[in-house]
Amino acid sequence: MNKIYGTASEALDGLLHDGMLIAAGGFGLCGIPELLIDAIVDSGVKDLTVASNNAGVDGFGLGKLLDTRQVRKMMSSYVGENAEFMRQYLSGELELEFNPQGTLAERMRAGGCGIAGFYTKTGYGTQIGEGKEVKVFRGEHYILEEGIFADLSIVKAWKADETGNLVFRKTARNFNPPAAMCGRVCVVEVEEIVPTGSLDPDHIHLPGIYVHRLIQGQHEKRIEQRTVRQKETA
Amino acid sequence: MPWDRNQMAARAAEELEDGWYVNLGIGIPTLVANYVGDKDITLQSENGMLGMGPFPYEGEEDPDLINAGKQTITELPRTAYFDSATSFGMIRGGKIAAAILGAMEVAENGDLANWMIPGKLVKGMGGAMDLVAGVGRVIVVMDHQNKAGESKLLKQCTLPLTGTGVVDRIITNLGVLDVVEGGLKIVETADGVTEDDIRKATEATIVD
Repeated sequence: MNKIYGTASEALDGLLHDGMLIAAGGFGLCGIPELLIDAIVDSGVKDLTVASNNAGVDGFGLGKLLDTRQVRKMMSSYVGENAEFMRQYLSGELELEFNPQGTLAERMRAGGCGIAGFYTKTGYGTQIGEGKEVKVFRGEHYILEEGIFADLSIVKAWKADETGNLVFRKTARNFNPPAAMCGRVCVVEVEEIVPTGSLDPDHIHLPGIYVHRLIQGQHEKRIEQRTVRQKETA
Repeated sequence: MPWDRNQMAARAAEELEDGWYVNLGIGIPTLVANYVGDKDITLQSENGMLGMGPFPYEGEEDPDLINAGKQTITELPRTAYFDSATSFGMIRGGKIAAAILGAMEVAENGDLANWMIPGKLVKGMGGAMDLVAGVGRVIVVMDHQNKAGESKLLKQCTLPLTGTGVVDRIITNLGVLDVVEGGLKIVETADGVTEDDIRKATEATIVD
């Protein structure tokens, strides 16, 4: 079965509909599926719910989907880098469901593993725990969190083989594997598609069973906070 | 003299034991890395890395290599990378010995508030709620009082909580306090600061 498509728009053909739930990989602007986000902007699909740790920045990443008002609701842990996001949220145009970062990651992983819910200590006794079932295990309080079952996963990896086996690079892995797992369909963009057999099977980070469609493309890979140190001069 | 930011960070570094895996928050906690000396400490970055190295030299920044504050960083010979679910698995699972975090308020029962001020800009909790729920020891580093001169060590937090009863030790510009039965206990004072100075600057109950 061929998983390789020519462009991001072709790879998303037939998968998008208004009101759908999309899980996106990435942390800040690191390892985000920037080509697929652009194609979703172009498609004009709307009323989206997007599960993603962050919401991009103004004019880049998921920020582009906010600029065009295609997102109805975000499920995120941290959204501090985006002025347009704040404006829409404070004016009531955009819904926001805060998830502790580890809870969001585990909700994606659980959804992908067929686990409908799990108990975690994270958020017990805080606003996050309000209205959620509480259970005591070994003398400690845990709250029930539900798995995320997304309609679509959009993911960025470094390399793929033709069967969709994925390798990520450094901290660009982040939310991409759990996001990939929790979608009914998963579309992945990579920097390079290599011939099947050229990746070491022991070094695959995410097996191709989770990957349905694949594109290769050029990535801008913008840096959010460029921090450097000076070389000591002798 | 109360401690400055670097002295607070240096004091916090004394809390870390050889061989520990540690998560440092943003702000003063980040400075703690400069003071670990010869101790074998592995820093975790919750976006998916153990063995976080220093900032890169100019021209060597890698967009695929950032810390939880989205800053460019470097790797070390010991570095390992993993996904976010695995990262918070080790956090919630108690594998991280300590987290050093900033705070807006700490209550005498160990409640911590450090993620939102209602009515103001709301950015989110990021990984803070998972960290305080899961790591072995939670050490808060913060100024003793806010800019208005009010105690940040309270009988009860007024802001939305990050976690309940989670803080073990607080290092402020005035000294070191532990959360114990009945309130806070002064462990150490900054040079030239008396226990009485700390009592006067603290709303929370101080126990002997």
